[in-house]
Amino acid sequence: MNALSPVARSLSTNPLKTSAPLGAAMAFLGVEGAVPLFHGSQGCTAFALVLLVRHFKEAIPLQTTAMNEVSTILGGADHVEEALLNLKKRMNPKLVGICSTALTETRGEDFEGDLRLILTRRAEEMAGTEVVFASTPDFNGALEEGWSKATLALVDALVPAKAPTSLRLVNVLPGVHLTVGDIEALRDTIRRFDLEPVFLPDVSQSLDGITTGEWSATTYGGTTLEQIRSMGGACATIAIGEHMRDAAELLAERTGAPAHVLPMLTGLDACDDLVATLTQISGAPAPADIRRERQRLLDAMLDGHFYFAGKKLAVAAEPDLLLAIATLATELGAKITAAVTTVSGSRAIELTPADVVVGDLGDLEDLAADADMIVSHAHGRQAAERLGVPHLRVGFPIFDRLGATYRTSVGYAGTRGLIFEIANLFLSAPHGHAPHTHEKEHTA
Amino acid sequence: MTDLKAKIQDVFDEPACDKNQAKSDKERKKGCSKPLTPGAAAGGCGYDGAKIVLQPIVDAAHLIHGPLACEGNSWDNRHAASSGPQLYRMSFTTDMSELDIVMGQGEKKLWKAVRELIERRAPPAVFVYATCVTALIGDDIQAVCRRASEKFGTPVIPVNAPGFAGSKNLGNKLAGETLLDHVIGTREPEISSPTDINILGEYNLAGELWQVLPLFEKLGVRVHTCVTGDARYNDVASCHRSRVNMMVCSAALVNVARKMEERWGIPWFEGSFYGVRDTSDALRNVARLLEQQGGPADLIERTEALIAEEEAAVWKKLEPYRKSLGGKRALVYTGGVKSWSVVSALQDIGMEIVDTSVRKATPEDKQRIVELTGEDAHMVDSLSPREMFDFLREGKADVLLSGGRTQFIALKARTAWVDINQERHEAFAGYDGMVELVKKLDAAINNPVWLKTRKPAPWEETYVPAAASAGEHDLSRHRRKFAMTDADDIGEC
Repeated sequence: MNALSPVARSLSTNPLKTSAPLGAAMAFLGVEGAVPLFHGSQGCTAFALVLLVRHFKEAIPLQTTAMNEVSTILGGADHVEEALLNLKKRMNPKLVGICSTALTETRGEDFEGDLRLILTRRAEEMAGTEVVFASTPDFNGALEEGWSKATLALVDALVPAKAPTSLRLVNVLPGVHLTVGDIEALRDTIRRFDLEPVFLPDVSQSLDGITTGEWSATTYGGTTLEQIRSMGGACATIAIGEHMRDAAELLAERTGAPAHVLPMLTGLDACDDLVATLTQISGAPAPADIRRERQRLLDAMLDGHFYFAGKKLAVAAEPDLLLAIATLATELGAKITAAVTTVSGSRAIELTPADVVVGDLGDLEDLAADADMIVSHAHGRQAAERLGVPHLRVGFPIFDRLGATYRTSVGYAGTRGLIFEIANLFLSAPHGHAPHTHEKEHTA
Repeated sequence: MTDLKAKIQDVFDEPACDKNQAKSDKERKKGCSKPLTPGAAAGGCGYDGAKIVLQPIVDAAHLIHGPLACEGNSWDNRHAASSGPQLYRMSFTTDMSELDIVMGQGEKKLWKAVRELIERRAPPAVFVYATCVTALIGDDIQAVCRRASEKFGTPVIPVNAPGFAGSKNLGNKLAGETLLDHVIGTREPEISSPTDINILGEYNLAGELWQVLPLFEKLGVRVHTCVTGDARYNDVASCHRSRVNMMVCSAALVNVARKMEERWGIPWFEGSFYGVRDTSDALRNVARLLEQQGGPADLIERTEALIAEEEAAVWKKLEPYRKSLGGKRALVYTGGVKSWSVVSALQDIGMEIVDTSVRKATPEDKQRIVELTGEDAHMVDSLSPREMFDFLREGKADVLLSGGRTQFIALKARTAWVDINQERHEAFAGYDGMVELVKKLDAAINNPVWLKTRKPAPWEETYVPAAASAGEHDLSRHRRKFAMTDADDIGEC
């Protein structure tokens, strides 16, 4: 509904935001043979790296231009050039995704101009490696913005304009809140309509965690450069989340094929919209197993609504994830009594069935005094402990639970899974059978 | 900025650092930070190092003045434990926006943030950390802190260690300087005894301090405070009345130890609580120095008795593990003091050290390793992730002991891994900690999961197992190709 931004805030308590360069790095990590490069001081990279490793439980390729005090004053183009040459020599990546940081953006450099000069001068040394730049100062936005800008930069740099060449090829632009499990589920659904999706970025092939017996210095999988170049010939583009709109519109421009921006894929209506869209693109009716998944979801909603009805949820998440969670909970009769997000201006906030505060986890804790559950990334654990309520971990980072990357909450089956997860959290929360608690019990 | 320059010069010229003393005058002038190589570096920054040292002051508020990433990406990521207050685990930042930076609102915003923080949380002190961006735009955090301290009557302490000033280690030392300039010696202790000591460079990670405190209690030695594990602000402010300083964690806070000796005549020694022998040595040194300082005359005697008793008990507890761990090969990959501490500990139970890294170790540390493992000591400066992966994949070690950054190299090579770095969740200090470490090693190395996961899929006929018979592989010949580039740079958990 409305975005209510606190006026003139000076102190942020327990940040909800994760930095934009980190979001951009995650997007670049969804490309095969890639290494993201932060243009900033080495600490910017170290902190992002630690957080990525703690969430994915994987070694993550991520590098830095290692700016120091002197190079910050004099300008960082030399550091970018040296970093590119070193990366080429050590890793020979297929893609280097450069993300600027607050430090280099505050100084203010002509990154794109510098980069053009470097790549012209070093054309021979850098042959076989694409370099894509995304402007992602930490002081603008958070994870979604970084991811969105990097995806836009990839499309802009690598997708050529051409007419649709395949009536089966569909571009899919997943938002940063889609997990490995979500992407796999969506790919499976799209294929059941006899369509062939290309995901950009595709972390399901690069951050899924596999043990192979090989060591890879760059990402071991993800969207290939060849696939990215083929996206110009797709017959349609599907984007998941409002923050993918810019990239979707650019792709529509390049391909001349329509772009469908679906705000979310969680909840009955959202899943129905997805299936309707796929029916429209493919010209085929929904296959029998998808119809059955819908029937299972209906059953899960009926079984699950007891545990949602009247419950008060306090949710803190980036706009598109907040929208998905709030929509599902509301569909089952719960109330969103506190909704906190990272930035104002996203259309997802208008669609969210609650008043949304732009703030931090400190705000969430203040607003959640009577909540029955906290929903946020792992840092919400302190608030949940102090309030003594269950904590559903969603989004990034989740560093204190295993399997975050495989949790699936999109589509009929994913929605069903999320309903059960939330209901089970309520069920396992300590409650006795004393007279005053008994009315909360609805088990058969 | 000039203040910062002078501070950095000052901490680089450390007379108590033997590495520094071995240099020529010209080399010394350059300082000890190696220039970082773009595209081949990923250690922590100066701000990171400063926060590591100061944040374990658990009742203080820690306020980060900068854009989001500095704090948003890094808060609540360590396991420095508290026996009481939890305020240090909360995160406070000015979250500087583009508008704040362009309009030069930084100092004003910081002032308001400090005021709000003090009004709402009433901490005994606020530490205010500079970051790259706020240093670049010239925010005078010293002036804001000075004025805020006067106005609000709460110590507000500027920590001037912006990320781009240098490495994590430099940040450690700058945090030490902050304590010397603004905290230590500003209050008098409520209680004081002739057996008071401080432990410098101990952060109570995973609660390790609590493994050694009972030993001191048995001796009647009072640990006034750690600098800064599980510390209270007032105890750090009044720690200049303690009689002895024990410095752990190699040379991170050597400047604090030396300057406390200069200012207040407190003798100090460097020691460690990792391993049986090191723990005993540490207790002996504490007793010896306390006695010199006028402590109880029978302290040394009682200490020897305690050591005899504790060592006998610990060897008894370790005995069963000689069988399950004897002859197992460990690759030890960590820095500084931990190398030799751990080496001696593992050898004590009959394990073989195939390689140990000496990246951050001092010449003295290296000498200790030679003494322990003989002239042909297997010391490697650094390994690239791939070199380490190949080494483990070829089955040349049964376990990797390292920090979280290299965890996944071991796991991908299907080799046991035990965390001995400072992000770990397990406590390995003192005699009890040694038993814990050995238990952990046994559980890791002898877990059936390695046999299961190394086995080829039965339906996969083309699978070729790793060559277990590959020739002797002398890793010490590997030279570092890039400054600060090694397996540790790929991640940290």
